[in-house]
Amino acid sequence: MTEYPDDTVGGLPTPPRTIIDADGRKIEIRTADDSLEELVEMYLDFHAEDRAQGIPPTNESDIREWLSVVTRDEELNVIAYHEGNPVGHVMLVSDEEDAYELAIFVLQEYQGAHIGTELLRTALGGAAEEGIERVWLSVERWNRPAVSLYKKIGFQETGDDHFEKMMKLRLDG
Amino acid sequence: MRVLIGIEDSNRGMQALEASAERARESGDELTVAVYTVSDESLEETTAAIRDRITTLDIDVDIIQIEEEPGSKLVEIAEREDFDQVVLSGGQRSPLGKIKLDSVHEFVLLNARTTVKLVR
Repeated sequence: MTEYPDDTVGGLPTPPRTIIDADGRKIEIRTADDSLEELVEMYLDFHAEDRAQGIPPTNESDIREWLSVVTRDEELNVIAYHEGNPVGHVMLVSDEEDAYELAIFVLQEYQGAHIGTELLRTALGGAAEEGIERVWLSVERWNRPAVSLYKKIGFQETGDDHFEKMMKLRLDG
Repeated sequence: MRVLIGIEDSNRGMQALEASAERARESGDELTVAVYTVSDESLEETTAAIRDRITTLDIDVDIIQIEEEPGSKLVEIAEREDFDQVVLSGGQRSPLGKIKLDSVHEFVLLNARTTVKLVR
């Protein structure tokens, strides 16, 4: 595995935070607590084309099983709400090397309104606050909008790709 | 149909074996397992575990071992021995549940002239 970048990424906002998205909607970003049920609802509304590498799963029992793993106490989950309902979710799940794997999902009606960018920045700010330093992700390499978003935030390509592009970031703790 | 099942690890690969066995019972497919290794598990350990499972499943399966370059060997065997399909297991899952395909999956999917089936 390639090393993490030497340069750290800092100065990120932290949750809780309220933003106005590009469509004028008021979006609240908060760290999740006991949010399993509302997240199940969000993922049941998820469109097939927005899945990535087998997640989120498609049926309710698989969604519940998956969420129960990613929302364990030691993981970090940050949610974007609109009118009280989750519309975006960032998860940071610990790996065996004390680093965290990151993924973000935003409901289709809320994409393209900068919610993803702000949710991601805020979640990483929350992660830094929790003492998380090393974050990685994998992204389908043809997903250029996602790759450029991750780059803009400070993730660097590691080059050890197969089907997915691997990217890493070091947080200023 | 002649089916070549590539198995790289006795935990993850069994799903591919079991799915193929279930189908073979109905369709009469001829099954061959090609054992290779990308993990810490040795070829012999994996092979022994597969033999056990085949006995339990009570099916007729040939076993071969691939020592190196599993991707290209799988493609080569499939062509040379007239297989109709290559079956691979879906690989590992990342901590948050993403399917991780490795270089063997990539090589076989891009280069096999047979159908390739991914069991996950």
